[in-house]
Amino acid sequence: MAKDDNGAEDVTAADSPGAQLATSAASTAVVTRDALANPGFPPHRPRITDLEHKEERKAERTVYTLFYVSIVGSVFAIAAYMAFPIVAEDPGSVRLNNLFIGLGLSLALLAIGIGAVHWGKALMSDHEGVDERHPVRGTEPVRARAVEIFQQANEESGFGRRTLIRNSLIGALVVFPLPAVVLFRGLGPMDQDPVALLNETMWKKGVRLTMDPSGTPIKAADVTLGSSFHVIPEGLSEMGHGRLEEKAKAAVLLIRMDPDDLIETEDRKSWSYDGIVAYSKICTHVGCPVALYEQHTHHLLCPCHQSQFDVENHCKVIFGPAKRALPQLPIAVDAEGYLIAQSDFTEPVGPSFWERA
Amino acid sequence: MTTIITRESAEDQGVGVKKAGGFTASAANYIDERTSISGAVKELGRKIFPDHWSFLLGEVALYSFVIILLSGSFLTFFFQASMAEVVYNGSYAPLKGIPMSAAMSSTMDISFDVRGGLLMRQVHHWAALLFVAAIGLHMLRIYFTGAFRKPRELNWVIGFILFILAMAEGFTGYSLPDDLLSGNGLRIIDGLIKGIPVVGTWVSFLLFGGEFPGTDIVGRLYSLHILLLPAIIVALIAMHLLFVVVHKHTQYPAAGHTNQNVVGYPVLPVYAAKAGGFFFIVFGVVMLIASLFTINPIWNYGPYDPSPVSAGTQPDWYIGFADGAMRLIPTGWEFVWLNHTYSLNILVVLIVVGLFIVTVMVYPFIEAWITGDKREHHVLDRPRNAPTRTAIGAAGVTFYASLWAAASSDIMATHFHLTMEGVIHTLQATTLLGPFLAFFIAKRVCLALQKKDREIVLHGYESGRIVRLPGGEFVEVHQPVDEYERWKLVSYSDFKPLMLRPNAQGKIGPAEKVRAGLSRWFFEDRITPVTQAELNQAHGDHPAEITDK
Repeated sequence: MAKDDNGAEDVTAADSPGAQLATSAASTAVVTRDALANPGFPPHRPRITDLEHKEERKAERTVYTLFYVSIVGSVFAIAAYMAFPIVAEDPGSVRLNNLFIGLGLSLALLAIGIGAVHWGKALMSDHEGVDERHPVRGTEPVRARAVEIFQQANEESGFGRRTLIRNSLIGALVVFPLPAVVLFRGLGPMDQDPVALLNETMWKKGVRLTMDPSGTPIKAADVTLGSSFHVIPEGLSEMGHGRLEEKAKAAVLLIRMDPDDLIETEDRKSWSYDGIVAYSKICTHVGCPVALYEQHTHHLLCPCHQSQFDVENHCKVIFGPAKRALPQLPIAVDAEGYLIAQSDFTEPVGPSFWERA
Repeated sequence: MTTIITRESAEDQGVGVKKAGGFTASAANYIDERTSISGAVKELGRKIFPDHWSFLLGEVALYSFVIILLSGSFLTFFFQASMAEVVYNGSYAPLKGIPMSAAMSSTMDISFDVRGGLLMRQVHHWAALLFVAAIGLHMLRIYFTGAFRKPRELNWVIGFILFILAMAEGFTGYSLPDDLLSGNGLRIIDGLIKGIPVVGTWVSFLLFGGEFPGTDIVGRLYSLHILLLPAIIVALIAMHLLFVVVHKHTQYPAAGHTNQNVVGYPVLPVYAAKAGGFFFIVFGVVMLIASLFTINPIWNYGPYDPSPVSAGTQPDWYIGFADGAMRLIPTGWEFVWLNHTYSLNILVVLIVVGLFIVTVMVYPFIEAWITGDKREHHVLDRPRNAPTRTAIGAAGVTFYASLWAAASSDIMATHFHLTMEGVIHTLQATTLLGPFLAFFIAKRVCLALQKKDREIVLHGYESGRIVRLPGGEFVEVHQPVDEYERWKLVSYSDFKPLMLRPNAQGKIGPAEKVRAGLSRWFFEDRITPVTQAELNQAHGDHPAEITDK
């Protein structure tokens, strides 16, 4: 008990409940003996509605009129629900339905609100009240009793004394949620290797480049100079299950440039066809589609975080938070003149991940 | 017998003020005998709440949340949180026959086939935007007036968690319709998660139930959005308000206001009328906005597809600062080491934004440590009277605003005909340097305002009237402030920095040195409040004839 008393006194010294609310208390505040005194409350100023009966009547009329207006608004909203039906394939009817139900409800709500506030401000007593504050901490006897209760509980249970019981209980309580954590393993697929999946796409040798979203194969001869195509692999548009997952990796941008403008490294010279190049459309930053092609600069722009890629130069990053160039899809032309892939991408597409090397 | 006792007890508690046996009296008596509610009415019915417009910001947040619950409940009756593919066959002609998820299709039906459905969707979305905005402004009010000081530090933390949860609610809700724009938002989240070392790839697969986008995410976000997060928010709001009752509300410095009292209007009737009415006003304004202005027109975006995207994509406003931070990272912050990829372009964003928001959360404890102030504070600081705190706040706001602006870098570039690079480089500079500049300016402005206050207390307002004294001298007439107005200007404490004191072993540890240094920095350049002696002296300087009479 003596220990507790000391503890309490320490707290009291720093934070004495009696004086703590006073401005002159401890810590680093400078106590000015010469400070100006609080003048107390200014005299109460009556409102116009207190002074003039006519104004009071007027305020009363305003308040009940507003409440009646609110009823009108609610009824109007119900009427609008019936009077402005939604007509199939007519977006204008949706707009009217939205507008008039909304206006009716707005009127109903605002009139209640403004009426109630006006009532409170103009008619209800405007004499301010004063509540006393007390220190937030409990009073000393209450705190002492609380300590006593904990001590009693400790003695009666032996929580502090029977350490084996206590520690084993703590251990059990720590371990028991773990199975729940393990259960959440089921959120992810059991039979998939994420790294393997991220490393491959639908593209493989001989797969035709087709238009997104129609799936029409593209002839090299149809790709005019300066044009760009949004491309998906042949067969993707007919896929049912897993279509979006494949598309999120396999989407490609096809661009035809003047071969003289292309600066190609030796090992990739065979990856393009007569100035036609194909690059992954999935940004190497966080995976947005790099869909904006600036024809005259040959730059690709990701609209999400403004990474820019230079198509002339193997889609290297020239600005923005991305680090890696867009992966290039090696392409060729088959016997019928259609563009085909030579292989899958030679590196994982899309955002970086830990296991990517 | 029983009846008699009942009547007596009703009269004892003052419930049956009307004639005994009246309906209100009997009903009140019936309820009280089963709930003891008269005790609550006695404790809370005349509880005093101070009045100030800035105290309404928290109310706006609370009321927006109620609006969100009401409109959201309506939406759940129509929305299908499923990514099963369906072919859209609703009223909106341009998307007819297009395959999309059931989530998108049902959201389209809410918008185009349910009368009032679009209205409720827009009420829900506008109220959500307002919810986060009101919490943010409420936090700024709390911060700049020092309302987070003892005993309210824990309530600040609860409020901060609510702010984070509100953003989480916003983001999960935004993603539910499975439209093109929200799908791109999820794609960014996927990319962010994949950039986390060691666990990123697996966390992404667990979240999406396999490869992005999968067919699970909408259902999972739905559980979070309508069950888990709202339950936590409701519990925390209850705690938040309970603490307001326990602490009693703070008040601004004014004549008659002290640290030991709280001055304002009683709950019944004035506060109930004003606050209750204000709920309807907030609801009405949200309703009006929702009936006049479109928000999130998913029919223009179409269903999610990983390939198309439109220019000028932007998240909802409250995610902007995080999105902007990602745009400000310079090119090339990523490297491979020991066969693993380190995505600094993502990690730095997560760490910096994380540190920033954690600093906001623990600020009350940092300031209490620096100032060594252990008193309870119930009278608010005018921001100028805590110059260093206000300056820190200004720096934080500038930092946040720079990140936020960066989320619109492309829009700024196209609208003002600037280069994308120029906008980004400028915002990189304002993010790094702006806070220092804002700190300096805000602190100087605070000190200048404090000096102005002193000037007004000592010499009165400049009235603009010039008079010529008998001796030929021209002076401007100064109008003295009355004592009530004066009290607002002088009622603040002057603080001295903490002194370095050796501990029991006679040693001064490094932590104490840091603390004393920070305390010096926090309290340097103080303007002390006017004292009585100074006031007397000043009045001696001014003969009666030059005060306006």
